[in-house]
Amino acid sequence: MSTNTIDRRPAADQRGEDATARTLVTLTIADQLCGVPVLSVRDILGEQPITRIPLAPPEIAGSLNLRGRIVTAIDLRCRLGVPPAPPGTPRMSVVTEQGGDLYALLVDQVSEVMTPPASSFERNPPTLPAAWGEFCSGIYRLDGRLMVELDIGRILALSTKG
Amino acid sequence: MDDLLAEFLTETNENLADLDVALVRLERNPDDGETLSLIFRLVHTIKGTCGFLGLPRLEKVAHAAENVLGRVRDGVLGVTPDLISTVLAAIDQIKFIVAELGKTGAEPGGDDAALILRLDAVSNGHAPPPAAAPAAAPPPAVAPPPAAVLPVLPAAAAAPVAAAAAEPPRATPEAAAEAPQSNQTIRLGVDVLEDLMTLVSELVLTRNQLLQLARSRESAAFSVPLQRLSHITTDLQEGVMKTRMQPIGNAWGKLPRLVRDLTLELDKRIELVMHGAETELDRQVLELIKDPLTHMVRNSADHGLETPAERRAAGKAETGHITLNAFHEGGHIVIEVGDDGRGLPVDKIRSKIISKGLATEAELVGMTDNQILRFIFRPGFSTAATITAVSGRGVGMDVVKTNVERIGGTIELASTAGQGTIFTIKIPLTLAIVSALIVEAGGERFAIPQLSVVELVRAGTEASAGAQAGEPVLQMINDTPVLRLRDRLLPLVNLADLLRLGTDPARAAEPRRHIVVAQVGASLLGIVVDRVFDTEEIVVKPVAPIMRHVTMFSGNTILGDGSVIMILDPNGIARATGIAGSADGRGAGGRPAAGKAGRSDERAAMLLFRAGGTEPKVVPLGLVARLEEIAADQIEVGADQVVTQYRGRLMPLIAMSGELDLTRPRQIVLVFADTERRLGHDRCMGLVVDEIIDVVEETLAIQLATNRPGILGKAVIAGKATDIIDAGYWLTRAFADWFDGGGDASQGNGTRLLIVEDSAFFRQMLVPSLVAAGFDVTAVGSAAEALALADAGVPFSAIVSDIEMPDMDGLAFVARLRAGGPWQELPVIALTGMTSPAQIEAGRAAGFTDYVRKFEREALLASLRQCLTISAEHRLHA
Repeated sequence: MSTNTIDRRPAADQRGEDATARTLVTLTIADQLCGVPVLSVRDILGEQPITRIPLAPPEIAGSLNLRGRIVTAIDLRCRLGVPPAPPGTPRMSVVTEQGGDLYALLVDQVSEVMTPPASSFERNPPTLPAAWGEFCSGIYRLDGRLMVELDIGRILALSTKG
Repeated sequence: MDDLLAEFLTETNENLADLDVALVRLERNPDDGETLSLIFRLVHTIKGTCGFLGLPRLEKVAHAAENVLGRVRDGVLGVTPDLISTVLAAIDQIKFIVAELGKTGAEPGGDDAALILRLDAVSNGHAPPPAAAPAAAPPPAVAPPPAAVLPVLPAAAAAPVAAAAAEPPRATPEAAAEAPQSNQTIRLGVDVLEDLMTLVSELVLTRNQLLQLARSRESAAFSVPLQRLSHITTDLQEGVMKTRMQPIGNAWGKLPRLVRDLTLELDKRIELVMHGAETELDRQVLELIKDPLTHMVRNSADHGLETPAERRAAGKAETGHITLNAFHEGGHIVIEVGDDGRGLPVDKIRSKIISKGLATEAELVGMTDNQILRFIFRPGFSTAATITAVSGRGVGMDVVKTNVERIGGTIELASTAGQGTIFTIKIPLTLAIVSALIVEAGGERFAIPQLSVVELVRAGTEASAGAQAGEPVLQMINDTPVLRLRDRLLPLVNLADLLRLGTDPARAAEPRRHIVVAQVGASLLGIVVDRVFDTEEIVVKPVAPIMRHVTMFSGNTILGDGSVIMILDPNGIARATGIAGSADGRGAGGRPAAGKAGRSDERAAMLLFRAGGTEPKVVPLGLVARLEEIAADQIEVGADQVVTQYRGRLMPLIAMSGELDLTRPRQIVLVFADTERRLGHDRCMGLVVDEIIDVVEETLAIQLATNRPGILGKAVIAGKATDIIDAGYWLTRAFADWFDGGGDASQGNGTRLLIVEDSAFFRQMLVPSLVAAGFDVTAVGSAAEALALADAGVPFSAIVSDIEMPDMDGLAFVARLRAGGPWQELPVIALTGMTSPAQIEAGRAAGFTDYVRKFEREALLASLRQCLTISAEHRLHA
């Protein structure tokens, strides 16, 4: 365990120091438990009507109306290279803000807010699929299961490509 | 309180706030001459205005403070903390008096002798008397910082002073605002207004949402308060909009000076006339059109107006006028920038377009003058022959157009040679809320800004054509739909296809389609949609950065029902489909530009017929030898060809529709013949058609090119969209070697022939038939190109030239040839539509050897034969 701690990437290491435990919102994408930092979450929405945006990249599910603001919805399944959800499955959204624009990350389920101990954090195993490796900042070993921490900045980095 | 005083108070309060900050800055940097000048100017302004308004007490204090500052500025006094604090004390006193003025409208009683004494002492270089609050004055509203603190540690002291200084500016305007006077103005940050506007926009949306809900529920309890809410929202929206409105004169403010300078610089006499300066529009829009307007006025002065001498020569007044005119029209503001100068030079623009490669000559031929003029809006287009300091730097009207379009506006121009040019800009009053048409395509809804919508058309498809007379008809050219609307052909885009939404088969099968006719620059574009809803006021919101590269959307919005929809940008759609840039890109296709352009002023006899489909087709009558009806029993079906015996020969029959319908009792056949009976090589082929409609004398202007084999393009003939068939193609279908010269190319015998014809269409028609007759043909598009060949010493045996050509016509061309050079003696045959005896005489006088009517192929061949024989004999005798 201690060797793991030393092996951590500098960013993760730093995080371990300045905030011994981070509070995450947990969510599931294709049965995988994931977490996003609670401070980057603005809203959590249930099933929403989403307007398709023609010609948009496939990751863009569309746009939705959040109290008068237009939010761009990004399908995390698509972004992470997981097969799309069966049609008709209700999805939930985690709304986050970047550069004054709102984005909704479409996920299968949002569960709870938890603060896993910093000691359970590990860097990505090198065998992680590329799509996951790119968007994960690390993994928490929880009781009986693993939770992947998602890097929202990198997930939204798609916006700079256009 | 009168207006003057109110304004003085507002202004002085602002100045005082600036003064505090500036004095502190000066204290830290005593050598900062700029700040010192600023301070001096501010105090001087206060003093000057006081004198004017009759405020003696204020004036005295300001005067004394000004004296001190004046001596600092002159370098007599150094900046010391003492000096600064004394001046600050004076400023505080001024603030106090100003605050009292605001409350009561008059200066408070009392005198400032002690303060003035101190100021004078400092001014005379004495140390100020020990700091004492001005005895006579009541404690000021804002307590001056304790003077004792200041001398101790200037650097440290600066901070508290700054803090103290930061306070009053906020306090004082409030005091002014609280004053009972109603006509006072408040200066506000623009961002405050912007925020208000955003909030109001949201409110409008929410109101719309509520109204829509109420409409569907019919609950009476809500309807009355909802009505009120609706009215108040509308009023609020108008009110907030009003705060953002500014007279357009604000954008024109600098123009008189600009024009005056240009008058001197260009040595022209120019008068600027401005109408409607009070017309109001949103300040955001105002900011955005300021630069385009300046640029256009500059252009008018530089390019548009002539010099006094030129104007005199043209019989005009020496002084040229540039007229600015602004007025409201509907929800828009129209701004006209006009001049009474020479007008835009169409010819110069035309040659510029060609030299810049923006369009080919053939494409230009089919364009109206106005379409050609619009090229000045293309990037990198500048007609000024020399670059002047004023304009002509290549960043020109394209920037203007881009700026205008960016704010959802349009720009048009009208120019009359010798009388001037008028640019008309039409822009929305505000950018925040626009009226938009809501349409549906592929199951999704979209908004199209109302400004660009010209009309809505419900058009029948071909199958239903004729069901209702006069109805616009949707026709297909190959797989490309076009709309025939009145006398125009409109390119169509199917929104669902364009946005790759997938087509609803039920919709596609509908006999009638909805078409939104949108204005894109000078041209129209038809957008095919599935449904049209009503218009709605929408608040334009920018699209997410992730979608910015899709230029077809100008933004998105939330509709009354709460759903998010995309706003379409017709300009973007046109760009995406290549319609706006057609002159740039489409000519690159494999086919020569031949099909693109015909000459708009050429009239020729056309045979109108139907074959394979309901749409009419046309072929120049001159190319058709005969029309025949052939009975079914005379048709023989061979192994790979259908033939008939025709005048003692076998004639192959080709069906335009592809398959010959042999069940018909009689076939209608257009006979194309290659007659050279003298040598016995009489070949002909029959093109089987369904029906002969008519022979019409028509102007041939190919409007839409096509890549379909056998069809040159499409034109409006007799009011209908009509395919022009490519006779050459069908001839080769019958005889692969038709144009190879084959065994019968005896007449031409490889004689080199030059064809000078500006219309690509006629070149296309002429060249194959002459090649077929065995000539070695070179075709050029203008007299200039022909002369270039002459200069290069290219040998020809004969020339066939058109008469009516731009730049140099046939008469001038032949006269030039006859004047000398290698081609002096060549036979030149005029090919023209004009064959009156007088014209023939004029042609002969100019040097033409013979005259032949266009499309009379036989006559041309006969004439060539004759001319070449004479020419040969002539050479023999010589």
